[in-house]
Amino acid sequence: MAALKETVDAVESIDVDAYKYGFITDIESEKAPKGLSEEIVRFISAKKHEPEWLTDWRLAAYRRWLTMDEPKWARVEHPPIDYQDLYYYSAPKSTPGPASLDEVDPELLRTYEKLGIPLREQEILAGVETRRVAVDAVFDSVSVATTFKEELARAGVIFCPISEAVREHPELVRKYLGSVVPVTDNFFATLNSAVYSDGSFVYVPKGVRCPMELSTYFRINEKNTGQFERTLIIADEGSYVSYLEGCTAPKRDENQLHAAVVELVALDDAEIKYSTVQNWYPGDSEGRGGIYNFVTKRGDCRGKNSHISWTQVETGSAITWKYPSCILRGDNSQGEFYSIAVSNGFQQVDSGTKMIHLGRNTRSRIISKGVSAGHSQNTYRGLVSAHRKAEGARNFTSCDSLLIGDRCGAHTIPYIESKNASAQFEHEATTSKISEDQLFYATQRGLSAEEATALIVNGFVRDVLQQLPMEFAVEAQKLISISLEGSVG
Amino acid sequence: MNTTTKTGFDMLEIKNLHVSIGERKILDGLTLTVHDGEVAAIMGPNGTGKSTLSYVISGRDGYEVTQGEILLDGENLLGLEPWERAAKGVFLAFQYPVEIPGVATMTFLKATLNAQRRARGEEELQTPDLMKRVNDAAAKLGVGKEMLRRPLNSGFSGGEKKRMEILQMALLQPSLGILDETDSGLDIDALRVVSEGVNALRDKKRSFLVITHYQRLLDYIKPDRVHVMAKGRILRSGGPELALELETSGYKDYIGEAA
Repeated sequence: MAALKETVDAVESIDVDAYKYGFITDIESEKAPKGLSEEIVRFISAKKHEPEWLTDWRLAAYRRWLTMDEPKWARVEHPPIDYQDLYYYSAPKSTPGPASLDEVDPELLRTYEKLGIPLREQEILAGVETRRVAVDAVFDSVSVATTFKEELARAGVIFCPISEAVREHPELVRKYLGSVVPVTDNFFATLNSAVYSDGSFVYVPKGVRCPMELSTYFRINEKNTGQFERTLIIADEGSYVSYLEGCTAPKRDENQLHAAVVELVALDDAEIKYSTVQNWYPGDSEGRGGIYNFVTKRGDCRGKNSHISWTQVETGSAITWKYPSCILRGDNSQGEFYSIAVSNGFQQVDSGTKMIHLGRNTRSRIISKGVSAGHSQNTYRGLVSAHRKAEGARNFTSCDSLLIGDRCGAHTIPYIESKNASAQFEHEATTSKISEDQLFYATQRGLSAEEATALIVNGFVRDVLQQLPMEFAVEAQKLISISLEGSVG
Repeated sequence: MNTTTKTGFDMLEIKNLHVSIGERKILDGLTLTVHDGEVAAIMGPNGTGKSTLSYVISGRDGYEVTQGEILLDGENLLGLEPWERAAKGVFLAFQYPVEIPGVATMTFLKATLNAQRRARGEEELQTPDLMKRVNDAAAKLGVGKEMLRRPLNSGFSGGEKKRMEILQMALLQPSLGILDETDSGLDIDALRVVSEGVNALRDKKRSFLVITHYQRLLDYIKPDRVHVMAKGRILRSGGPELALELETSGYKDYIGEAA
């Protein structure tokens, strides 16, 4: 398996304590002053030439947010966040919508090259000839380049920055924005609604199978900039789309807040597959710095026979607070959540999913693999619920935790609620440690302790890795190995 | 074989080895020499430190060597990590091979073989070459292709696990193969297959340490030397006839002698 060699190579090539993506790109940025107020919200909206309805929508969110408190129920700890000490808008200079890649700042392109993002078309094709990936690159807050747009347009697929969608397709945005994650949903989602910078918008029309996998790379670059991405994906009746999201971030001393919102809508017989590899800066070996990642991701299986599948590989961030969920509203709809959460150092992960069964014969499946090392704390928190009308609802949940070393923690907190007697919910959970026997066996055969650990962990998470598109699986495997660096020996 | 044997040294030389786990002394002044190309059998009663000896040679954690030396081809192994010893040619066929869930056997074989090659500064094997080697070795040991796709040792029978150990030894081509109770849990047919696999690897530059409780295995793998171990040291050494003698007399004399 080529992926294994990659893993081993990746482990070998690591510099201790050197976060691979810890560089800073020097691009002058145009930013709003620090702090949050109605003026700032209006400034952001004005900068983006938004229509009045959206400005009002943001302002309503802002006013609501003022009345809300940060949620405290998660098993994470952090010093108080001073929301008035953050910047809420910054844009790379000179980006009034470049017409082609030639117009994009070369410094920016070099950054992507360092990250290994195949932005140029030939680079995309060079990687995997038969497969195509369209990249909508989000650099800090403004999308600067979009590829493959024309081919997508021929299929009728809209894939563009959400700010552009507001201008070009206002009827779609207005209809669906906030329809899955309401403005009032939670503290972080409401904040996002008020100040979201940019993000991706996807609309797949009726009966269309999106001709390529859609991919967005996010990257935090501006010091002290809160990142408030907003993604909205709509799969119309009988359509299919697979969306890949990958993240890396430069090294920082100060904590950075990240509060994204992702909304998915699947209409009758539609399917959305959403895959994430998350590798934000996790903080240094003493637990300083690192991204605070408070994300609200939710999919609405609005139509009958619709299907939404979340797959996530979480290796980064100082704090991960994230519960990609499915509302199984349509009869016979299906929700899936496949997760690998790896924590090391002083990382804190509180992640899981919610499967809300509303329709009849709805099915859901949850496979969660948590790997904890160092001093980290890794919590699975999940809710499976069946409402009164959810006749024949079924869920299968499997939560496995693997501990490396004796200073980390793994926690599993499942909530199961059923108001319908015909619902069948199954829950399995295991917690184990990498055994001395396994390590000795593998090292006796020639693998270093680190290689052996990476191999054993990759075996542990295999079921979930298999859910990822191939090129993503390889990257994910590398990230898992890299993030476990220093956890043994 | 990749390691060239240096002249003037025996393959394995253990001198006055003292080993403890915590307060408990397991090996108590063990001295043993295995010549190049020799098959040496270590026989002895249960709980006498035979498995400890195999672990200490291969570098397992948790054993404290308080005195003595272990030389492989003249080079001291103590202080080296298990993977460094493996790259130098030490292979331990486990009494209880370990399951590694989710890791396909072929994946594991490739990773370990190439890790050793890298450690020796050799070029890594590419997948087609590796597959060919694995398939050839597997065919000789009656290991099916289906087994190579399954996760390593997961759900394998006792016999399958032991055959997989010998398969790995055949691929890794060690200079010292240690067989720890390889016969345990094997029926007579499996024992024959496994023994033939070992015999096929006998070579004048490869030595074996065959640890066993019973004479039976030695009917199939004929030793050049037999060493009787009890109470943490070698009490008697001789030719193959010593094994037959033990078959009738048992270990009771040795247990008494060492106490």
